Amino acid sequence: MTRRRSQEPGLWLLFSAGGTLGAVFLPALVVLLWVAPALGWMAPPSPERLAAVAGGIPGRLFLSALIPLALYHWAHRFRYTLYDGLQLYHLNQLIAVLTYGVATVLSVGAGILVWR
Amino acid sequence: MTDTVTVEVRRYRPEQEAEPTWQSYQVPYRREWMVLDALNYIKDQVDGTLSFRWSCRMGVCGSCGMMVNGTPALTCATYLETLLPGPVRVEPLRGFPVIRDLVGDLTDFLGKLRRVSPWLVRETERPPAEGEYLQTPEQLAEYKRYSMCINCLLCYAACPIYELEPEFLGPAVIALAQRYNLDSRDEGREARMDELSQHDGIWACTFVGECSTVCPKDVDPAGAIQRYKLDAAVSWVAGLVLPRSGK
Amino acid sequence: MNPAYRRYHPKWHRAGMPIFWWLRSLPYARFIARELTSMLVAYAAVLLLVQVRALDAGPESYARFTAWLGSTPVVVWHLAVLAGLLFHTLTWLHLAPRAMVVRLGGRRVPDAMVLLGQYAAWAGASALVAWVLLA
Repeated sequence: MTRRRSQEPGLWLLFSAGGTLGAVFLPALVVLLWVAPALGWMAPPSPERLAAVAGGIPGRLFLSALIPLALYHWAHRFRYTLYDGLQLYHLNQLIAVLTYGVATVLSVGAGILVWR
Repeated sequence: MTDTVTVEVRRYRPEQEAEPTWQSYQVPYRREWMVLDALNYIKDQVDGTLSFRWSCRMGVCGSCGMMVNGTPALTCATYLETLLPGPVRVEPLRGFPVIRDLVGDLTDFLGKLRRVSPWLVRETERPPAEGEYLQTPEQLAEYKRYSMCINCLLCYAACPIYELEPEFLGPAVIALAQRYNLDSRDEGREARMDELSQHDGIWACTFVGECSTVCPKDVDPAGAIQRYKLDAAVSWVAGLVLPRSGK
Repeated sequence: MNPAYRRYHPKWHRAGMPIFWWLRSLPYARFIARELTSMLVAYAAVLLLVQVRALDAGPESYARFTAWLGSTPVVVWHLAVLAGLLFHTLTWLHLAPRAMVVRLGGRRVPDAMVLLGQYAAWAGASALVAWVLLA
């Protein structure tokens, strides 16, 4: 008796990619953009530099990858945390729609903003 | 010097009580005694009505798994000395219905194990005249770790997902499926993936990792499951690119 | 005698799972804390987006954003965010070797080396970020 395999692997791949990109890039970004300058440890990167980085093709590609994948990482993981952590199995459909929905909406927004 | 240890046992006698209760026993303390020895002392000398499973008393049969002070453990492999000054709390393995006292019903596990075909699956059998299937030490090393499983089910007691979602196949079943998937003599990988790449298969697992922590044989079922997730994901991508009929 | 007892059909006891099962032990609590760091990953991604938008919207808007970044409660919050993200990174990198078997030249790379590779990737990515933002 064969069962049709779950489509979960796609979501898991998004989760893994988001988790990996987030793990290796976010700490440095948080320190250099939001913590060190605010604490006075260094001068913040100038808006001109940031605009140039975020506006260049490599920067846009990077943000288009990092932001949506990080959001889908959160959506998948948060869904399971609610599912198992609070035993909200009966709300599974709702939670899935909300988490992946929010991630999709924000990703589309990110895409539009980054490529404008 | 301690003379005795208090052992508190979770009793359940359906003919007497509707809910489990605790019963306390004083057991002589001997430095070389395991929790199993204490339980056997209770059964032999104090209270013959205590029911529990045990067999080899040396950590290879997997029968004596119970919760010891809240952690799944083989009672034949847990020294009383490590639990001093006590009391030592012994309960049946979590996650399984309790039949009586410390005895749980393991039918669920056995049914799930069968679903993943835990044997060598071959498309074609070689006739004995052609000789054995040869395997190099490297090929053996691929799956050897997962073959060490003694079906003690401590991993099921440690896994919160198994308790929360009883349809979950569970760590040992997936590790044992991997033992055959990674065996060079086996050809059943695709068939097993139909059972495993399901929500109640590997995808319910969220890599808590407690299963591997409590495993007395260092099977690392958590690692087996995560590796299999990668495998299944690669298969899924391949299935998108080169669609196979019916999958 | 248990009045509900039926001979030859004894009732098996099934223990329920409390809502706060994850407070039952330290490993479970650590697991949930680890999973909740995903919210900080999403927060960082969204804030990056907000920063890009602020850049786009002109100097006054960006100045407001920078001022907000510098206010004390936000700084304290971002230190907490950083701590959480470091927890995410460390747990993620340490779990990654368990998920993959890396082979080089036919021999299996030991877990410690794979972990070293993970740290190297983290260091490399961080160096790249620093170079792009500061050089």
